[in-house]
Amino acid sequence: MNAVTLNWFDIGPLTAIPRRGARTVRTPRREIAVFRTADDQVFALENRCPHKGGPLSEGIVHGAKVTCPLHNWVIDLESGGATGEDHGCSRTFPVKIVDGHVFVEMTRAIAA
Amino acid sequence: MPVPDTQKSRRKLVVVGNGMAAGRMLEELFALQPDAWDVTIFGAEPRVNYNRIMLSPVLAGEKTYEDIVIHDDAWYAAHCVALRKGEAIVSLDCKAHSVTTSGGEVVSYDKLVIATGSQPFVIPAPGVNLPGVVTYRDLDDVKLMLAAAAKGGRAVVIGGGLLGLEAAAGLQVQGFEVAVVHLMPTLMERQLDESAGYLLQKAIEASGIEIITKANTQAILGVDKVEGVKLADGRILPADIVVMAVGIRPNVAIAKAAGLKVNRGIVVDDAMGSSDPDIIAVGECVEHRGQCYGLVAPLYEMAKIAAARLAGNDEALYTGSVTSTKLKVTGIDLFSAGDFSEGKDEIVLRDPAHGVYKRLVLDGDRILGAVLYGQTDDGAWYFDLLKKGADISSMRQTLIFGQAYQGGSPLDPTAAVAALPDDTEICGCNGVSKGAITASIKAHALTSLDDVRSRTKASSSCGQCTGKVEQILALTLGGAYAAATRKPMCKCTDLTHEEVRGFIISKSLKSMPAIWQELAWKTSCGCASCRPALNYYLVCAWPSDYADDSQSRFINERVHANIQKDGTFSVVPRMWGGLTTPDELRAIANVADRYKIPTVKVTGGQRIDLLGVKKEDLPKVWADLNAAGMVSGAAYAKGLRTVKTCVGSEWCRFGTQDSTGLGVKLEKTLWGSWTPAKVKLGVSGCPRNCAEATVKDIGVICVESGYDIHIAGAAGLHVRATDLLGHVETEDEVIEHVAAITQLYREEAAYLQRIWKWVETVGLEYVRASIMNDAANRKALAARFEASQKVYRKDPWAQRVSGREHYEFAPVATVAWIGVEEGATV
Ligand code: SRM
Ligand SMILES: Cc1cc2nc3c(=O)[nH]c(=O)nc-3n(C[C@H](O)[C@H](O)[C@H](O)COP(=O)(O)OP(=O)(O)OC[C@H]3O[C@@H](n4cnc5c(N)ncnc54)[C@H](O)[C@@H]3O)c2cc1C
Ligand code: SF4
Ligand code: FES
Repeated sequence: MNAVTLNWFDIGPLTAIPRRGARTVRTPRREIAVFRTADDQVFALENRCPHKGGPLSEGIVHGAKVTCPLHNWVIDLESGGATGEDHGCSRTFPVKIVDGHVFVEMTRAIAA
Repeated sequence: MPVPDTQKSRRKLVVVGNGMAAGRMLEELFALQPDAWDVTIFGAEPRVNYNRIMLSPVLAGEKTYEDIVIHDDAWYAAHCVALRKGEAIVSLDCKAHSVTTSGGEVVSYDKLVIATGSQPFVIPAPGVNLPGVVTYRDLDDVKLMLAAAAKGGRAVVIGGGLLGLEAAAGLQVQGFEVAVVHLMPTLMERQLDESAGYLLQKAIEASGIEIITKANTQAILGVDKVEGVKLADGRILPADIVVMAVGIRPNVAIAKAAGLKVNRGIVVDDAMGSSDPDIIAVGECVEHRGQCYGLVAPLYEMAKIAAARLAGNDEALYTGSVTSTKLKVTGIDLFSAGDFSEGKDEIVLRDPAHGVYKRLVLDGDRILGAVLYGQTDDGAWYFDLLKKGADISSMRQTLIFGQAYQGGSPLDPTAAVAALPDDTEICGCNGVSKGAITASIKAHALTSLDDVRSRTKASSSCGQCTGKVEQILALTLGGAYAAATRKPMCKCTDLTHEEVRGFIISKSLKSMPAIWQELAWKTSCGCASCRPALNYYLVCAWPSDYADDSQSRFINERVHANIQKDGTFSVVPRMWGGLTTPDELRAIANVADRYKIPTVKVTGGQRIDLLGVKKEDLPKVWADLNAAGMVSGAAYAKGLRTVKTCVGSEWCRFGTQDSTGLGVKLEKTLWGSWTPAKVKLGVSGCPRNCAEATVKDIGVICVESGYDIHIAGAAGLHVRATDLLGHVETEDEVIEHVAAITQLYREEAAYLQRIWKWVETVGLEYVRASIMNDAANRKALAARFEASQKVYRKDPWAQRVSGREHYEFAPVATVAWIGVEEGATV
């Protein structure tokens, strides 16, 4: 068994992500959506809505939430959880910003 | 100079840079160990240590240099510090433990402290070396500005951050006409959110300084001296002086050349030690835990740790700082603190009448960040709670009102209004007191907000007191009052769609932050429901002034294609009036082949849908369709969709007019426009109505004597046949009438309201009176429609193909291998 090491990936400058918007990161197993809020908080979630797999990166970002483009579920960016009456959770990934660059920790991205 | 005997035995401390961090470190050191070190300090500036942050008051003439000196010559003498004014260090030799001065002298050290601060960043534009272009960092810069002020003229400040705005205010006091050029959409965007940035811009503009945002400086113009600034959009701003205040860079040149570890700044550990055991660094030149600072508070904390280390305390640790910002411009109260980097929750308070905005960012029971504008008295209190990580749960209800409100029991809003004395002014715009409103409700048996508005004028102007007026209604009428008759736009506001639209025009609100602040939005940046609506209202109200906000559009409108259940998209090119050509069909077939598009379908709107297109292929698909002369069919838009036609008089044995040709003309008139909801037209060549014009938003039925214009049909969730609006005789009249109807609908309907719903709300007679019976009004509406179309009648695909927001279509990164081999256990 391999030791668990942290896999921080530099996915590019913060400015490459529009404010109140998202960009995606492609990995062999899954697509990750990296969101940037109006006040420059950054969150990384699997780009799949817990409802029917909608691409969350295409949703409207408001506060620290995103509204899924397919059926308007509202997902909390920090926890990945659906809000309100809806239930379900999208996988989240740790993010940090160093020198204006966004780093995503991908260890969980390779887990099945 | 008195030289103590101990000097020979003392160890040699050399300090490079005589600025604020170095000065503070020496003070701290002497407090711990008055004479353990033999200190020599080199300062590139030809003067003693002064308070750099007070340069702005010196520029504004409120203080003199003497007022801001921190350590005068006597101080250096008293502490036996050898101050070498005006001597820069040009190189460092770590192995030899020595530094070399600009004069070539080599000075050795036991311990070295680097405190070289930072350098103003100068944008690499042509002309930046012209005389008259200055930076803003030290007293010499201020002297240059003051010398230029004697001649007066125009000043352009590049950079709308803290330094740039302080420079602008100072230059204005000195008699310059000042413009600030800023790259980002809002000022001080690193410290302020959009709402506070909007208020700041408003206040600075009100003081007479011109602010130009989203402005990229392309060149500084001039021959022997600066004459102007050229922006990327071609604008030229005349200037007699240009101040460059776009940011700072840690001053790391000597450290880097000497081989010390340097990233953005000189890398230090928690002991303020660099990668060399005998070299410490403090101040703006360092990078600690990935962070570089540009304010004095962190530097003072670093100075304290560095001094403790020099004095032999091996336990002193610097663990990083949380910073807060204030802008030192007279008349502007602004405070921001915290980094907002993990906020979950927020509390927002806006008082538009007094230009107040307060926002706290929370994570559970802790404050993470605060932005205060207009009322900053509580800044220090919030900052303290923030730094301590204090639990605020017990005062959450009243936290936003500040420290003075703590201690009492939390008030709910209605109880708070009930507690107000009768003479309290509720509506600031119209000067209406609580007592007057209550009396009027009782005297005239008023039951609704609209009643109160028309009787007392309260809440009929800016609307920000709407909530309070409703509470007074509820208090006065008790259970009899049901607020439910009014439907606020969303949870972010108490105002209805109609009210918000009204205020956008009457108060000339031209941006979302302006709306949020002036109409007292309860959230900092709206929600997924109000943002698209506000974006539409702004697009409609200010076609030439407002810059569309793509992040406030639903994905379909943002990328000009319809999202499908699997995340792919469908692409529908226009077929004007349902007509196509063999060439167009061939181009569509080629695109379908080339991009392996799985489904090609004829739509219910007389055109072809390409379904299952991958997002990254969209620009290529569009480019190929554009090349064949086709534009976006806007099948995704709250805008014109299709104009269905039948064959009409050109071929059909019953056709009375050229319905196909008229349909094409109507589609060419209306395409590209944004509307509250989708708009579909049909033109049928005779009353047999093969184009189903009587279930369209606007339908035209051709008859022998001309054209019957119908409106308000629908055939979707709700089926409704159109109403006949009127009859006209020529094609040109049809086009003018349809443009006018569309514009009336654009200006008055609520977002997402289809034409039939709007007509049922305002009444068919109202529309008929405005369009059929009032030629002047109709022509004015059609002219406004045309003015807006000058901006919007453009193919969005072509804009995207030429590169607009190109990042939208590609992942920001592709990670092929992630540390562990595929399939390995973790
Ligand atoms: C493609 C098409 C079906 C087809 O294969 O024929 C279609 C497809 C969609 N329709 Fe439609 N409608 C299509 C003609 C119609 C028609 C018929 C017509 O236009 O003559 C109607 C009834 C007429 C009307 O609008 O009154 C129609 C009434 C709706 C409605 C109900 C609207 C309403 O106000 O009641 C919706 C839902 C909505 O808009 O909220 C809708 C929504 C949709 C959406 C956009 C669903 C969505 O939000 O993703 C579908 C997009 C699929 C796609 O990606 O292309 N579609 N839809 C037709 C495209 C016409 C075109 O060329 O642009
Ligand atoms: C106009 C203005 C307003 C400001 N307002 C505020 C404010 O309101 N609040 C706030 O917290 N901060 C403010 N700041 C920032 C604050 O002044 C700095 O953070 C602080 O001065 C940095 O201290 P320092 O010692 O690291 O660098 P500095 O104070 O810049 O000192 C570095 C010194 O080193 C000298 N030097 C550089 N290289 C060499 C060399 N090779 N040899 C010898 N000497 C060298 C430089 O000439 C300089 O004198 C303001 C700054 C400016 C310019
Ligand atoms: S009727 Fe329209 S919205 Fe419904 S499935 Fe068909 S295309 Fe989609
Ligand atoms: S897939 Fe996201 S809401 Fe349905």
